[in-house]
Amino acid sequence: MGKIFKFHTDVDTDQIIASQYLLYPTVEEMKSHAFESLDDSFASRVQPGDYVVAAENFGCGSSREQAPAVLKALGVKAVVAKSFARIFFRNAINIGLPVIVCKELYDHVNDGEEMDLSLIDGTAEVNGVTYACTKLNPYMQDILNQGGLLASLNREEA
Amino acid sequence: MGMTLAEKIIASAAGVESVRPGDIHTVELDYLMSNDGTTHLTIDMYNKLAHPHIADVSKLVWIVDHNLPSDSVKTAASHKKMRDFAKQNGIAFYEGKGVCHQIMMEHHVRPGQLIFGADSHTCAYGALGAFGTGVGCTDYLYAMVTGKSWVLVPESLRFNLTGRLNPGVTARDLILTIIGRIGANGANYKAMEFGGEGLKTLTMSDRIAICNLCVEAGAKTALMEADEVALDYLAQRGRAPKHVFHADPDAAYAETYEIDMTEIVPVVAKPHFVDQVVPASQCLGTRIDEAFLGSCNNGRMEDLRAGAAILKGRKVADSVRFLVVPASGEIYRQALEEGLLKIFMESGAIVMNANCSVCWGSCQGVIGEGETLISTGTRNFKGRAGHPNSFVYLASAETVTASAVAGEITTADRLPKLED
Repeated sequence: MGKIFKFHTDVDTDQIIASQYLLYPTVEEMKSHAFESLDDSFASRVQPGDYVVAAENFGCGSSREQAPAVLKALGVKAVVAKSFARIFFRNAINIGLPVIVCKELYDHVNDGEEMDLSLIDGTAEVNGVTYACTKLNPYMQDILNQGGLLASLNREEA
Repeated sequence: MGMTLAEKIIASAAGVESVRPGDIHTVELDYLMSNDGTTHLTIDMYNKLAHPHIADVSKLVWIVDHNLPSDSVKTAASHKKMRDFAKQNGIAFYEGKGVCHQIMMEHHVRPGQLIFGADSHTCAYGALGAFGTGVGCTDYLYAMVTGKSWVLVPESLRFNLTGRLNPGVTARDLILTIIGRIGANGANYKAMEFGGEGLKTLTMSDRIAICNLCVEAGAKTALMEADEVALDYLAQRGRAPKHVFHADPDAAYAETYEIDMTEIVPVVAKPHFVDQVVPASQCLGTRIDEAFLGSCNNGRMEDLRAGAAILKGRKVADSVRFLVVPASGEIYRQALEEGLLKIFMESGAIVMNANCSVCWGSCQGVIGEGETLISTGTRNFKGRAGHPNSFVYLASAETVTASAVAGEITTADRLPKLED
């Protein structure tokens, strides 16, 4: 079980990690600033295994991979949204952060509620209600299963 | 069934006869562009690979533009890492030469190419009939090591342009209007293809402005057929096309839009989203603290000339900082030769070096709490240009310059006439 941190529609990558932190030497040094403009206590409250839940077009805007990277570094288990902007979606899969499309969930859950997510079954459970999520394209699921694109690259070139 | 421009370029890069939306193909990349926004992280990941190597160093172009000159010790360290790696590995490297996409257009992009850029506005290359798309550093690194990547073939949206823009109306007004109409995710996962008789009336600068901004509707790429205008631009720069593709008459589009360019008016995108587009006339009188003329979207000669024509004989309002930032060194020098920079400086504008400037909030010209910026930059997200509680309006070079003079949002035709 993990706690839900709920965000709105069109959350852009500048909100996930603002420009002024992108050239910090490492993601570790950036992560305490995640979602700073929307909720400056997010980075201190989020625990490994928690979830980010959002409405449409999550992660729109820039191609900064720092956006999914800070969420992963903070231990976010998955982002569940009605839809994702494509570069964020691809970046998240590439670094091994599950991004799950679920149309129904958002309108029925509240910030702070506990959620259980089964990546294998493609289901999310909140307050005893089970929500079906959209299955990933097999090609992308395979990248995710291997732990991200570089893990699969290291294996290919081994 | 015929193919769209995006489908033809992917088929060519994948070495197959034809592709369909939804297919996944392994493609050969023609260029891999990366800038100082993420390259330091790419290098760290590269150094941790089991077998680090570069497939073809001639395909790599690295450009320092986002935080240039360095604004802090941390930035300087990230730049040094990038500079040293580029030198050690013989990677084409630009620093202080301009904004990455403008440099790519001036020196590298050729029609028919498939290009990955570690920057979302890589879709600008469609102005030369190349498939450019933004990627993160992991995708970038995978392609750098293997020379290849995977692409999900997007559906295409077709925009048929007719007529021509009225005087005082710009390509930026046109693309902002289109984004306002289809919405911030109106082209998510899709390619935006532009054609029609109206396209012929648009300059290369106009076309770059249009394609560059398409990611603000979520587009994977933007494409225009490389016609005489594009091929002339290329020839002047001593380059030849890789391949000039034409969309087939029976190509399938997810949606087709008819755009009458004569109907476009000066617009602004209001805070905090690029699709919050309204006629500029609805925002008249909004006080501004800063104005910005520059960026990969609107920092070319045509934009500077438009701004200078308005400023000549006028002064920037006392309450406004007006930043003028040519998009490349080449443009900077030409603006100097044409006397534009003198006009800007005499009117009270601040002319700065070619970089990304306040198009993002980590370079220079950052705005403070409660302040308002009117900008020719690419985005107006909350906090994009500085403090989380600040406001960015996006508009054309003309509207931005006129607003800098008035101290509030206005259009060029509303400024008091100059006495002879």
